Amino acid sequence: MQSLLELMGHAHEQISQAASLTALDQVRVQYLGKSGLLTEQLKSLGKLPPEERKTAGAEINNAKQALTLAIDDRKQSLQAEALNARLQAEKVDVTLPGRRMDTGNLHPVTLTIQRISEIFAQLGFSLAEGPEIEDDFHNFTALNIPESHPARAMHDTFYMDSGSLLRTHTSSVQIRHMEHNPPPLRIIAPGRVYRCDSDMTHSPMFHQVEGLMVDEDVTFADLKGMLEAFFKAFFEVDELPTRFRATFFPFTEPSAETDIQCVHCGGDGCRVCKGTGWLEVMGCGMVHPNVLKNVGIDSEKYTGFAFGFGVERLAMLRYQINDLRVMFDNDVRFLKQFS
Amino acid sequence: MKVSEKWLREWVGAPHTLDEIADKLTMSGCEVEAREPVAAAFTGIVVGHVVEREKHPDADKLSVCKVDNGQGEILQIVCGASNVRAGLKAPLALLGAVLPLPDGKELKIKKGKLRGVESFGMLCSAVELGIADKSDGLLELPEDAPVGVNIREYLQLDDEVIELAITANRGDCMSMIGVARETALVLDAPLKTPEIAPVTVRCEDTFPVDVQAADACPRYAGRIIRNIDPQAPTPIWMQEKLRRAGIRSISATVDVTNYVLLELGQPMHAFDLDKLQNGIVVRYAKDGEMLAMLDGRTATLRRDTLVIADGSRPVAMAGVMGGEPTSVTDATRNVFLESAHFRPAVIMGKARSYGLQTDSAARFERGVDPDMALKAMERATRLIVDICGGDAGPVVDLCADSSVLERKSILLRPERIRRVLGVSMDDAIVEGVLARLNCEFSRMESGWWVKAPLARFDLAIEEDLIEELARVRGYDSIPAELRPRAPRIIQPSEKSVGQGRLRNLLVARGYQEAVTFSFVDPKMELMLAPTADNIVLANPISADLGVMRSTLWSGLLRSVVYNLNRQQQRVRLFEVGPAFFKDTAGNPQQQTRLAGVITGNLYPEQWGQVNRPVDFYDLKGDVEALLEQAAGVQFHFAPVAHAALHPGQSAEIMTQTDVVGWMGMLHPRIEEKLGLEQPVYLFELDMRLLAQRILPKYQAISRFPAIRRDLALLVREDVLAVALENAVRKAAVPQLVSYYLFDVYSGKGIPEGRKSVALSLILQDFSRTLEDAEINRIVEGVVASLQEEVGATLR
Repeated sequence: MQSLLELMGHAHEQISQAASLTALDQVRVQYLGKSGLLTEQLKSLGKLPPEERKTAGAEINNAKQALTLAIDDRKQSLQAEALNARLQAEKVDVTLPGRRMDTGNLHPVTLTIQRISEIFAQLGFSLAEGPEIEDDFHNFTALNIPESHPARAMHDTFYMDSGSLLRTHTSSVQIRHMEHNPPPLRIIAPGRVYRCDSDMTHSPMFHQVEGLMVDEDVTFADLKGMLEAFFKAFFEVDELPTRFRATFFPFTEPSAETDIQCVHCGGDGCRVCKGTGWLEVMGCGMVHPNVLKNVGIDSEKYTGFAFGFGVERLAMLRYQINDLRVMFDNDVRFLKQFS
Repeated sequence: MKVSEKWLREWVGAPHTLDEIADKLTMSGCEVEAREPVAAAFTGIVVGHVVEREKHPDADKLSVCKVDNGQGEILQIVCGASNVRAGLKAPLALLGAVLPLPDGKELKIKKGKLRGVESFGMLCSAVELGIADKSDGLLELPEDAPVGVNIREYLQLDDEVIELAITANRGDCMSMIGVARETALVLDAPLKTPEIAPVTVRCEDTFPVDVQAADACPRYAGRIIRNIDPQAPTPIWMQEKLRRAGIRSISATVDVTNYVLLELGQPMHAFDLDKLQNGIVVRYAKDGEMLAMLDGRTATLRRDTLVIADGSRPVAMAGVMGGEPTSVTDATRNVFLESAHFRPAVIMGKARSYGLQTDSAARFERGVDPDMALKAMERATRLIVDICGGDAGPVVDLCADSSVLERKSILLRPERIRRVLGVSMDDAIVEGVLARLNCEFSRMESGWWVKAPLARFDLAIEEDLIEELARVRGYDSIPAELRPRAPRIIQPSEKSVGQGRLRNLLVARGYQEAVTFSFVDPKMELMLAPTADNIVLANPISADLGVMRSTLWSGLLRSVVYNLNRQQQRVRLFEVGPAFFKDTAGNPQQQTRLAGVITGNLYPEQWGQVNRPVDFYDLKGDVEALLEQAAGVQFHFAPVAHAALHPGQSAEIMTQTDVVGWMGMLHPRIEEKLGLEQPVYLFELDMRLLAQRILPKYQAISRFPAIRRDLALLVREDVLAVALENAVRKAAVPQLVSYYLFDVYSGKGIPEGRKSVALSLILQDFSRTLEDAEINRIVEGVVASLQEEVGATLR
């Protein structure tokens, strides 16, 4: 039988040489298993004289403990190596793009309408809508634009054979809403409108947002205040000079064109504002008493304001789009820009 | 309206700069759209007098002239103009003169030699002065033009034209007098307009006038002027004023009527008296009466049209345009001059209805000061007599309805001013503005009773006056107020599916939102929806935008073609918008639809996954995701025949009661017609049927384990997945919490005409763990139902 010392020498050597967990376990079995070399030594204790047994037993047990520790150590380092190897093997290029369905985008017209709606919602305006194929009454007559009125010539109207027409403005929604809802009213009505006009700066279809507020105490001063607040919010600026120019709309009085200071040049004059420093962005005014009368609202009791503006115009200003027509080409290279 | 600054300043005594005037007019409602100098910025040009002209010895088309420069020198000038002649007065550019050229460069006049003959200056045309776009020779100046005087001074060329956008309510501003009045009003400046004195009557002749339509023509003034010189030239000052207003000079008589229209806003007409028969009749036309008009066209009149007729025929469309046969010509010696007032309502829209657009109609339909008819008559007569000579007869002034000369009183209440504008106005301010407006007014307990001036047709009600107060004072004088108001809390609905939610879902699934026109190509509609009764536009912008779309696919497919033609092979688009149709009564209706289209590969080009072209089920997955938003509503897909879709790959989507929409593969025939080279898949859904959803309601989760059992079945190839599902459901097992189909296979190993399908059943009970025996019973029941309903056999 080998000496314990010799045995241990061999064992340590084998442990340190074990290249895998399996090999290491074989070493463990070889020495510490049921018929392992150390176990055999313990079993042979009985052959020793009794006075030597205690010392020899202790020595073997010590050796066994030492071996167990050495195996555990080796095991841990083998595990660590294995993990390291795995980690090394599983390395990826984190800069490769992720696997996914790409996301799309909303159309700038939608983005703009959503933005406008959110701002007016804060002012208590809810959404209203109306038909795009309209009748003469709602698009013109009720809005104080009688048959043959020169103001009609400003609206290049699309007609159907039936005599219906494509609404030329979202102002028709005002009428429909007031016909069915008593004051107080606060609505905005975004939607498609149509003019028989097509060139670089005119599209036969575009979008407007109409706004209407009717109550017992609505004034021109309120109109100015709300619109100024709106434009600041829309363009995300704390100061945005606004001016109201007198003009004529049949359905409002007093009427105003609203200009904002050019958001591109800050009012110094540039290509966008044609050197004037101002951008015409909205028509507005106090609802004409005839309009209120046409929908059965007492104009002595109630006053109101209305406004209307082109969505594309604001979208173009906000996103620096310089060609109206790209809005309707639906070129994906255009649409992808509005993420 | 083009307005000469010089002319404006003749009447308005304002110290303001033109910038200030333009700004004030713009802010108060007459927007200045453009400004332009009336002549080029040349220097060194004077009135020259050609005293001698000889042919150039070596050039056929050149003349050698001796020109008096008015400064004691006779200059030799070589000139190429054909109208140069001895005695002519023409602009003379002296040595050292600088003429800006249209291309931005300058021409400096230097001593030169033309074909060997020295030239000491240049005679100029209107083009060279920058007062005309083209000319056919030298600008001929009147015989009395003072030689040597600077031409800028003589023609008053240091002037600018401002172009005003006159709004539809301000017919009164379509004249110099109106613009001057408006300018004086908004600047608070003094106004002086010319005194108009009656002309001495030198002939007793009158021409009979019979106003039969007195309601339409409350006032008609006419007069004869005999023995005019039809060849008399229009004076240069008048030509220049007309030119600056954009009116071409024609002949003295016509120029005078145009000038009075421009100056006073009163449209007038001059007839050749000798071509009129019997007398003037103002009446409505008879249907079908013909009138050969001044523009060379012949109008077939309707009876809603007011005409000026003589004894035998209409001679003018009242307030719109004169007739050709009775018009003044270069031979006319006797004229009948008309200055009338027609009611706006009678003229409104008439010109347009005959395809005409005239200065006269534009003014009458907006309203012309009825008091101006007589003044304009005297003014025009004075000018004609001064320019063409002639003997004026007495004015026949038929005022059939003198009420047009009276304005209705309007009550203007201080409280109403405050309620409309949001700001009170001092009485003194109100009265100051009313006075400047030339209103008659008196203060009463309740407010002011106001009568607006006759020219201001737009001032008819209290709000009209309030608007005047606001704009004359300036909208800037009204504060911008953002007042606290009672909050209006909008209840956000969770029981409806907002458009935004559906839009965002598609965006997350890789779709770009498109916006396409509501009118589309009828040919496209015919292909996609051959049975649709399209709403047709009477006046489309172009033939390929001629009908209202009955499906959003018309526009989306056009956009797909657009993108594929531009190397964009992978296209995923959706649109939310209206489709149009007629209801059973034939009335136009619209329906908001959500439609989408996909083509190309499923994923963008990438390294990490196997890519492939999209197919029916990719689109269906997107559609199902949309339908799921309408939680609580059951949707079904069924095969359907659809003109636009592949017959084997088209589905109708339904609720229990309604058709929600369609989806499928674009029909290969249409694909080919559109020149597409890859399959395209489309869906379209009715938004209204997607809009409702139920609020989520919590349901307890079973604590007991779920058991999965898979079935491998053989069925006929034409058995639909939905039939399998129905058969499983028919077994009515309460413990069946979930069911799905996870494999479909046919081919090798499967008998001809059959397919193998693999189903998974998930079973779970709320009160206990299911036991094997129970599970087996359930599965046998399901298998039996499958066998019975669709003839399925276990593999």
